[in-house]
Amino acid sequence: MPNPFALHQSLENDLSVVRVEGYLDAHTAPQFEQAIQSEIDAGRIRIIVNCEKLTYISSAGLGVFMSFIEEVREQGGDIKICGLSPKVNGVFEILGFSSIYDICASVADCARAFREAPVREG
Amino acid sequence: MTEAIERKFTLHVPSSTENLTMIREFVTYVGGQAGLDETNVGKIELAVDEACANVMEHAYEHDATKEIVIRATFDEKELHITVKDTGRGFDPNSVPPIDLEQLVAERKSGGLGMSLMKSLMDKVWYEIEPGQKNELHMVKRIHRPT
Repeated sequence: MPNPFALHQSLENDLSVVRVEGYLDAHTAPQFEQAIQSEIDAGRIRIIVNCEKLTYISSAGLGVFMSFIEEVREQGGDIKICGLSPKVNGVFEILGFSSIYDICASVADCARAFREAPVREG
Repeated sequence: MTEAIERKFTLHVPSSTENLTMIREFVTYVGGQAGLDETNVGKIELAVDEACANVMEHAYEHDATKEIVIRATFDEKELHITVKDTGRGFDPNSVPPIDLEQLVAERKSGGLGMSLMKSLMDKVWYEIEPGQKNELHMVKRIHRPT
């Protein structure tokens, strides 16, 4: 199977980086949801989702972003997203996600955005 | 005058999310056969994924013993995809248009699928016979280079 789903979580200078690879659909979204939940449960609320190797996303994957953002921002954190391919970015755009989320080019850009403005103004 | 040739493909698949990859591969193959470009193949891939994921969750409530039938028919002008199930029906008119800010405020994770389908396809409609079948029809027009 090409581009199997994979998740990788790491800490980079007190920022949580969740790298998601392959297909994020209704089958794999629960694993992604658990990964984000585990970061929040551990008190890590400054989260970068690195999508450089994400090849496909459906609304089930988008729903994970949607369901956590309020909780994280209420606690003073944020979920920032980077590395979207044109195909994946197109899905974000159709639904207007760029008006809700900070979408950056790279992990370094997300880290810079966290330093400059930890929480995106709603 | 050349007679239009219609081609038909059908996939019967158990209603389990692990089969979404197979469904997308089927749709991608058919879209390529129909002559759609890569961007439009990506659109029908996502639209059919959304339709089938909705059936798995809502119509069949994750019962993997049930079956979804995906039928694709195309000619020179358009690709017509039908997703059929025999599960719990619903009133498509009862599904409100999405308000993303409201969904975020309510911490919802669902409710995006139908809006996506309508954005991605040229025509979307339902044929529902309560207790008999639910059929979702989606059409993508084929624009060929002249």
